[in-house]
Amino acid sequence: MPPSEHELRLRERLGRLRNMPLLGGAKLSGELDRLQRQLDRIAQQPSDEDIWRSVELARHEDRPYTLDYVERILDDWFELHGDRGRADDGAMVSGIGKLDGRTVALVGQQKGRDIQERARRQFGMPNPEGYRKAIRVMELAQLHGFPVLSLVDTPGAYPGVAAEQHGQGGAIAASQQAMARLTVPTVACVIGEGGSGGAIAIALADTVLMMENAIYSVISPEGCAMILWRDAGEAKKAAAAFKPDAAHCLELGVIDGIVPEPEGGAHEDPDAAARMLGEALRDALDDLVDVPGDELRRRRRAKFRSLGVYA
Amino acid sequence: MAKIDVSIETDEKPAPPPKHPNTCPVCHSHYRDDELEQALSVCAHCGHHFTMRARARIDSIADPGSFVEEAADLHSEDPLSFFDLRPYVERIAEAEMSTGLADAMVIGQAAVDGRGCELAVMDFSFMGGSMGSVVGEKFSRACDSAGERGVPLITVTGSGGARMQEGILALMQLPKTVCAVEDLHDAGQALICVMAHPTTGGVLASFATLGDVLLAEPGALMSFAGPRVVQGITREKLPEDFGRAEQNLRFGHVDAIVPRPELRGTLSRLLRLFDAPE
Repeated sequence: MPPSEHELRLRERLGRLRNMPLLGGAKLSGELDRLQRQLDRIAQQPSDEDIWRSVELARHEDRPYTLDYVERILDDWFELHGDRGRADDGAMVSGIGKLDGRTVALVGQQKGRDIQERARRQFGMPNPEGYRKAIRVMELAQLHGFPVLSLVDTPGAYPGVAAEQHGQGGAIAASQQAMARLTVPTVACVIGEGGSGGAIAIALADTVLMMENAIYSVISPEGCAMILWRDAGEAKKAAAAFKPDAAHCLELGVIDGIVPEPEGGAHEDPDAAARMLGEALRDALDDLVDVPGDELRRRRRAKFRSLGVYA
Repeated sequence: MAKIDVSIETDEKPAPPPKHPNTCPVCHSHYRDDELEQALSVCAHCGHHFTMRARARIDSIADPGSFVEEAADLHSEDPLSFFDLRPYVERIAEAEMSTGLADAMVIGQAAVDGRGCELAVMDFSFMGGSMGSVVGEKFSRACDSAGERGVPLITVTGSGGARMQEGILALMQLPKTVCAVEDLHDAGQALICVMAHPTTGGVLASFATLGDVLLAEPGALMSFAGPRVVQGITREKLPEDFGRAEQNLRFGHVDAIVPRPELRGTLSRLLRLFDAPE
């Protein structure tokens, strides 16, 4: 039987994946067994159960958040606060630090560990002020030639009255626009939940990665179930239908690579998870730093403009 | 669609009978088809703006006979083999049948008072104007067409947001259209956005708010999250004009609210203003 169109597409993706320095590089050789298993899993289509497991792991309360990775990956981290207009949004963190002696800027959503912090950081759901803070720091990076790293971990942008009055939709669009204009290298990684517009706002990057158990989706499983099944309890069915797991995102060409996690998920060994994420970010940046800025920007736009399936 | 009535157990009130599409939801005035068409689908009594279909919108903006449609044959695929209560392909087929359109956006070259422009007009009747791969691609091609011909792009939006049935690829239409707008800007051309009711979610959070000039129709809902979502999650009491064009104007998110009968004239002025000196 000739291979189906689906299989062909998958093989092509797998081929690309194997050629990625991120996955084939010596730095990750200790992980080769795991990577092989990961590739096998991608080849096998994740089951509905696998997908739901990713949803649960991506939201696990002990999962490392942005600042957990920042303190393990970057040296000399200096956090930058505030959007210079109205507020300092705790759901979005930003700053500059050193990665292998190179200064980089980093933006990312931040969830809270305990009740007070969760409230202060609004469960990682930024207001427009958060996106404007990210824009300001990206512009700072552009001015000084710092690469931009972006760690995505949000259920979505905050849906509130004030958020709308302050222009949530426009802020998300403006943040993407800012990224589409950068001529410095940009790498984004979805480390937990990549929830809809709130996530893509900071993910229009040259290289987009996803951690093995992260999810990236147009709507939350519960939101989708509520609208299409009229029952939020059908979230599992919704997730199985829109496939937010990393393997499917890779297959659809939405991400460029998957960052492996320790056995059982990133929360089982945050240090190891941070090591693997750090390697992946370094490898991705190494591939970008020598490309001229105009060319980076041209390729970045061409990549996003090629996404979609139509006849 | 089969619906099980559980109203006795849940104390839910039965849904009110569906209103006729030609009955004004605000003042209940009722119109014949030809009356509404004549009035650009604006209620003569209270000024309520009914939803306007894409072709009627184009007719109301473009010089007669000037519109040349582009990419009319683009159709949605079903990359995820998506199935909720019904298959996605069935929903698309039904929308095609009921609207006579291939998807929720119509693009093409046009002229307004003799000045060339490109139009990209959404149709809310096609699956709630949701943005999937076809809408993203058509908008992007409209940006390129405008850039190549050296004319501004006028887009009229009416959309509930990204099309869930296309999953993550629907979300990717946000960065895709944003990149297309930036390419249009690099080509030195303007983007003029007209937001009709409703312009929410992914369309608001991408190209609709990136115009050089942002116009809105009276009463149009323009919020990233819908009122029910905001109410449900935050339990906040919503202001009466939550997310409406008027609130957006007050908070500085649009340049002007333009009643439909004045839209063509306003666009004509803007095209004149953005036109390069002769």
